[in-house]
Amino acid sequence: MLVVENVVAAYGAIVALKGVSLTVGRGEIVTLIGANGAGKSTLMMTICGSPAPKSGRILFDGEDITGLPTHVIMRRGIAQAPEGRRIFPRMTVYENLRMGAEVLEGRHFAEDLAFVCGLFPRLKERLAQRGGTLSGGEQQMLAIARALMMRPRLLLLDEPSLGLAPMVVRQIFAAIRDLNRDRGLTVLLVEQNAYHALRLAHRGYVLVNGTITMQGTGAELLARPEVRAAYLEGGRAQDAR
Amino acid sequence: MMRHEAAVGARAATRTGQAGHILRDAVLAALVALGLGAPLLGLQTVPAERGLTVIPRPGLLFGAIACVFVGRLALGAFMARRAGRAALATPAPRFRLVPPGFAPTLGKAAGLALLLFALALPFIPGAGRYEIDLATLVLTYVMLGWGLNIVVGLAGLLDLGYVAFYAVGAYGYALMAKYFDIGFWAALPLTGLLAAAWGIILGFPVLRLRGDYLAIVTLAFGEIIRVVLLNWVSLTGGPNGLSGIPRPTFFGLPFSMAGGPGTFAGFFGLEPSPLHRVIFLYYLILALALLTNLVTIRLRQHPIGRAWEALREDEIAARSLGLSVVAVKLTAFATGAMFGGFAGAFFATRQGFISPESFTFIESALILAIVVLGGMGSQLGVATAAIVMIGGFELFRDLEEFRMLVFGLAMVAIMVWRPRGLVATREPSVALKERRGVAAAHVGEGRG
Repeated sequence: MLVVENVVAAYGAIVALKGVSLTVGRGEIVTLIGANGAGKSTLMMTICGSPAPKSGRILFDGEDITGLPTHVIMRRGIAQAPEGRRIFPRMTVYENLRMGAEVLEGRHFAEDLAFVCGLFPRLKERLAQRGGTLSGGEQQMLAIARALMMRPRLLLLDEPSLGLAPMVVRQIFAAIRDLNRDRGLTVLLVEQNAYHALRLAHRGYVLVNGTITMQGTGAELLARPEVRAAYLEGGRAQDAR
Repeated sequence: MMRHEAAVGARAATRTGQAGHILRDAVLAALVALGLGAPLLGLQTVPAERGLTVIPRPGLLFGAIACVFVGRLALGAFMARRAGRAALATPAPRFRLVPPGFAPTLGKAAGLALLLFALALPFIPGAGRYEIDLATLVLTYVMLGWGLNIVVGLAGLLDLGYVAFYAVGAYGYALMAKYFDIGFWAALPLTGLLAAAWGIILGFPVLRLRGDYLAIVTLAFGEIIRVVLLNWVSLTGGPNGLSGIPRPTFFGLPFSMAGGPGTFAGFFGLEPSPLHRVIFLYYLILALALLTNLVTIRLRQHPIGRAWEALREDEIAARSLGLSVVAVKLTAFATGAMFGGFAGAFFATRQGFISPESFTFIESALILAIVVLGGMGSQLGVATAAIVMIGGFELFRDLEEFRMLVFGLAMVAIMVWRPRGLVATREPSVALKERRGVAAAHVGEGRG
């Protein structure tokens, strides 16, 4: 569904991605793990068209989307819950969700609203509340729900677990799993929380300094000693529970 | 009995404490009423055969005391309930500015009252030429504030050169009238279009700028327009300005002191009076301002208005939701500029004379101050701020050079007490059944 071929991306003189290739198949959950500054978020942003890649190609559903403006790419069926959530703080939860449905011009709005409220009942309770007054976990749920309102075929999630309590992380990851299983939603998940991400994902990639160094199924990567050493042992005590 | 009381718990204890406090307060008030009332109400002097005699009126006295006592109790209970509700609704009562659900209704009532007052103003006894002229000036700034509010308040694009569009509108009408003999009513939509076109022209180069960088470029734009007007003497008359700009007509009927059959006064069989035109201009700017308001309110519920607000809240998120930032920004600039252009055309026709002096940076700053003090994005706040600022300017005219000082102090005071403007709550563009207004202070600037 999504093919990234040899993508190079840079901010000015700083090259953040040095020829990254990965694929995401229809109905898969693929995770991209890596340390801070490895280029995970840059890859996410590059898929969305900002920054545009210096070289390489990005195909979505067989069509070349390299270099298209962001809003055109997003209208093709890719949605993103961006890093740092980026909900609209002064708008109510309802209005935030309405913004997600803007691409569809409000078609299926009521139906989709009911669906995301079923997925995240917390949001239903808070529809009239302003986004900025939500807790971090609720904001993350809102960011995902807002992205789902676009009826995407591919959902990009950038560090949904960042700064959240383990229980909330589990809730969100369970929701992602359900979306994938019940609705066949394809997900590309960027995470630092490697343990949870690899357990959830069908396949995973490890990104180090702008280069993919390892790939395999989630279970394979979890078993690799270098992955454990670099990404798991430290965080495991609190995460693995 | 004792155990039962204990079981009721701390909640009841605080409530009993509160009730005791209210009761004490009411008793105290009753005592004060007794002290004051005993000589004032309790004793009456009546003329008797020799001098005056004093007769006691215990019924009136105790009636009054009872009224004070009961009234004080009721007031105390009411305040306690309100405070209790406020404490429940928010964790930090220090920031509580408006009770939930209170601001929107209050805002609506205040807005309606202001509107009715504005409609009736020329006919209120005591409203002479000076008052109506001042109200016209205030309304011009209300309209400019509402126009700029679209750009700054809704779309979040800091524009320091808004006066440029005001100038484009004013000069647009003046030149159209001078060279093509186009009347005010025909020119009005054209000036709006002209200003909107300039809004887009300004918009293109600043598409990628935000915040302070954007502010500097728009500031420069405003100055460029003014300098061009000042130096293009053959077209604009340079510093001498343009005079003899035609006055508006009442649907083709001119306002004239001659009072012939073809004039406004003659047609309606009125005594010719210079006040007619003043009142007409007042209603004209009122209508234009209300149009601005109406369009803004409607647009907020429209996808384009929602997109503006999304852009203000978070540009990256807006883009990731498939909004074209280019289109959103350009429409905001164009719409805001259009209303500036309308206001400019009105200004030209009202003054009959325009020069670049009317379009200096201080005007832009004043309009921006109105928007910021009013509470960015709030229509009622902007109107209030315009009344306070322009009205205040007039009120303190006697202070002469100290006027600016008072003005500055007032602005500092507002920003200290109401850091997000007079009306800081953003009303949701979609109302849900259950309405909970949360003061903007809670939301803060953070991105969560």
